[in-house]
Amino acid sequence: MYVKLNLAALAQTKPREYAIRFLFGGVVTVVTGLIADKFGPAVGGLFLAFPAIFPATATLVAAHEREKKYAAGIDGTARGRDAAALEARGAAFGAIGLAAFAAIVWRLLPDHPAPAVLIAAAVAWLAVSILLWRLRQILR
Amino acid sequence: MAAQGNLREGVRVLGQLLIRFLVGGLFVSAFAVFGTVLKPRSFAGLFGAAPSVGLATLALTIATEGKAYAAMEARSMLGGAAAFLVYAWCAMVLLYRYKPPAKIFTSLLLFLWLAVALTLWFYFFKAGV
Repeated sequence: MYVKLNLAALAQTKPREYAIRFLFGGVVTVVTGLIADKFGPAVGGLFLAFPAIFPATATLVAAHEREKKYAAGIDGTARGRDAAALEARGAAFGAIGLAAFAAIVWRLLPDHPAPAVLIAAAVAWLAVSILLWRLRQILR
Repeated sequence: MAAQGNLREGVRVLGQLLIRFLVGGLFVSAFAVFGTVLKPRSFAGLFGAAPSVGLATLALTIATEGKAYAAMEARSMLGGAAAFLVYAWCAMVLLYRYKPPAKIFTSLLLFLWLAVALTLWFYFFKAGV
């Protein structure tokens, strides 16, 4: 299965849905900072991998799939929830990539320039996530 | 004089919170756009676990608290990522099998993330770097 770019999906997303993601992201980043201030970096760090927007994303994915089926005259409730499950499978691979991101920042940050470390960690997240997703495609 | 100092400190803290909010919102939104335009769905899902909050927070933390503090946060982030894996795997299996409403179910499951993350913190990350 090939990866495709569907720019039309941007137009299908309502402004309110973009606003919700922005709000969630902003709030979680603020709360993470406050937790680190109150309880220290060892606790605050946990929240750097908080599934901040996953519930919102899964909800939107399920709703879009349901609406698509509804427009075709089919009850798409179960199909929408299957789409959310697929989203969760991708997020599971992404979470392993997230561990690679964290490990690189933890080990390299103290002795290397911060921008280079953050870029390397982000690239590692993407590489590990795509590799796992691709392996799943090959092995199934 | 003291009141003026308190006011200045309050404004500084509020300014920092606002910057955190804007930077976090921007990073999360940017990664979410990738998740929206990419297909198939399972690939787009990778971006549901993008390091958006991590990048935003670490960049700001390095600027304000220094690299050693940020590295300690990143170490604990390993526990958060493991908890995210458990969260996403449970969401996938249970959504496929029982088809509960996605919104309520994935929100309630955040308590599982919290329980796993705090357990890992207690056993592995509590002592610090």
